[in-house]
Amino acid sequence: MSDTALRAPFPERAGAALKDTFLQEALTIATTKFIDLRRESFAGFPQGEALRDQARAIKEATLQRLDAHLERLADNVERLGGVVHWATTADEAREIVLRLARERGVRMAVKSKSMATEEIDLNEALEHAGVTAVETDLGEYIIQLAHEKPSHIIAPAIHKTKGQVAELFSRELRGEFPADPEVLTAVARKALREKFLQADMGITGANFAVADTGTVVLVTNEGNGRMVTSLPRIHVALMGIEKVIPSMSDLVVFLAILARSATGQKLSSYTTLVRGPRRAGELEGPQEFHLILLDNGRSRQIASTLREALYCLRCGACLNVCPVYRQIGGHAYGHTYPGPIGILLTAMLKGNESVRELAHASSLCGACKDVCPVRIDIPRMLVELREHLDREKIAPWSERVVFRAFRRLLMSETAFRVSARAGRLLQKPFVRQGRLRGLPLLLGRWTRTRDLPPVASRTFRERWKDLR
Amino acid sequence: MITCLGDVFFPEVGVAMVRLLRRLGVELDFPEAQTCCGMPLFNSGYHHDAAEVAARTVKLFERAEHVVVPSGSCAWMVKAEYPGLLKHDPALRAAAESLARRTRELSQFIVEVLGVTRIESSFAGKVTYHDSCHLLRGLGESSSPRALLRGVPGVELVELPGADQCCGFGGSFSVRLPEVSSAILEKKLGNVEATGARCLVACDAGCLMQMGGGLTRRASRVKAVHLAQVLAGEVEA
Repeated sequence: MSDTALRAPFPERAGAALKDTFLQEALTIATTKFIDLRRESFAGFPQGEALRDQARAIKEATLQRLDAHLERLADNVERLGGVVHWATTADEAREIVLRLARERGVRMAVKSKSMATEEIDLNEALEHAGVTAVETDLGEYIIQLAHEKPSHIIAPAIHKTKGQVAELFSRELRGEFPADPEVLTAVARKALREKFLQADMGITGANFAVADTGTVVLVTNEGNGRMVTSLPRIHVALMGIEKVIPSMSDLVVFLAILARSATGQKLSSYTTLVRGPRRAGELEGPQEFHLILLDNGRSRQIASTLREALYCLRCGACLNVCPVYRQIGGHAYGHTYPGPIGILLTAMLKGNESVRELAHASSLCGACKDVCPVRIDIPRMLVELREHLDREKIAPWSERVVFRAFRRLLMSETAFRVSARAGRLLQKPFVRQGRLRGLPLLLGRWTRTRDLPPVASRTFRERWKDLR
Repeated sequence: MITCLGDVFFPEVGVAMVRLLRRLGVELDFPEAQTCCGMPLFNSGYHHDAAEVAARTVKLFERAEHVVVPSGSCAWMVKAEYPGLLKHDPALRAAAESLARRTRELSQFIVEVLGVTRIESSFAGKVTYHDSCHLLRGLGESSSPRALLRGVPGVELVELPGADQCCGFGGSFSVRLPEVSSAILEKKLGNVEATGARCLVACDAGCLMQMGGGLTRRASRVKAVHLAQVLAGEVEA
């Protein structure tokens, strides 16, 4: 999506997505597959429900003593020979990476898929500083070649059909490649191998960081993450501060439900545990290990409405089941994190003003809450967020006036009766075969695609007199 | 409790419910001062306003032994949100908790309180059932409406593919983002028509307004009806 498209208001972006037939095809196929895989996976895993409760409880308890867990994590990483950096803002986090690259003469960095680095726009900053950053996750590689942003938390190129990927590869990597995922993967693999060998720095995110042991955990399916953490001489891991968990036994709980929720796998193909840089006598691993702990608005939310969003494991399950996401895809949301959880995360990271429209991009159907591995009550928090929009006067004044008037109408039976009667009169010109069509103003938004039942010739309360 | 959409747009549903429940031996009253459960205000973030509506509604139903609502979302609103909205006034909160305990969505009331699953009705034919989000995920109910439909001699229930997926209504969502709401609806109606059912049954005024509005617009031969109308045998041809 172009920059101009991103600056358009949300309803326009959503409208454009609905008209994109490639996007519609890609979204339907991929989200349906994810939904089915997740359902099957949990169906054969009766202990899953209890593990979800347990995982939620761990997140809850950890957040209550987040500072202590982070300090313990930092101590242990340093004991293993790593360096820990604290970044309050996205700017600070970028600056830390750029300084490391500058001081150590880094010319090329290979990256493993990381939403945190997307959150701080790290690739752009690196390019600007003259460091070539290469995404090595296949999906990320595809969108990097296409100069796009991820449209899904775990499947960044979910919006592309295999035909589009074949075209892109043929153009960018110079060749004639068929729309065959196996062939395309082999093409990417060959192109990426060279980069791995040239890179001076490997950059990753972190799915978890274990405080007790100083272990950074990466959950991937392609194994590129493992090479990113072991081949280049410097490994930099960037993680949001909420990713810390107390112990290895906690990790087991999360691993048991994360991949099942995301892709329906029992475990992902690779679970990489990183403990500091290469030690004396070890054959592989980086000479330096840096862990950047990113706040960027998170700690502010620990005691607030959005607190539960900090439990998020970034599995993407809520995106797959969301009727809105399934229609418009991730780009239309216009921020790093799409989907229902993305609305909450955007509010958290960028402030409530930034979700003035997005806060309403949900029918509150609750499908997200049902599949969330840590049972984040997303619909409930969206409603709370909307409450803040009213209280902070971010919601448009016209809307606030309309809802206040509606309240007055509901507070009086007379007003309610009179309004029904008024509606009955006003609707007359619009009744066609017993249905309302072509209504003006706000109601026209309804009748463009749907009929509306007319106000009944006698409402229930009017008919009750005969029923009594 | 006949909430706003039911009162103004679908009085026939309320009438069907009254006739049905009377046939099942229930004595009914309708506090005429009632208007709406307040969910439109609540969902859009106007919680203070919703609390005023909730307080008013709680008082109106103080003396009812059971409160039956032919709309899953309104029942959910009363049961799940009223006590929280009125938490600052202990007396009101207690009254809200009492109302929450006494309130049932229609299908739940018939199955759980009356213990009935087999109802004779003049309605016959193939139907399919849509799970309304608040009834399904809010109140955890998917079996009672299906049991009641299967219990009608002459009714054949065919499962709707993706029955548990939202119809795209979502209250003000349907006019805030009409294109997205309609796109979700189109998928739903495609599935509905593929079942070959003659009626699409649901237990929520909002979903019926959305799906019914889409069906008549596409001149479908499928009719959106409320469970009460099927059970009371009051589906117009």
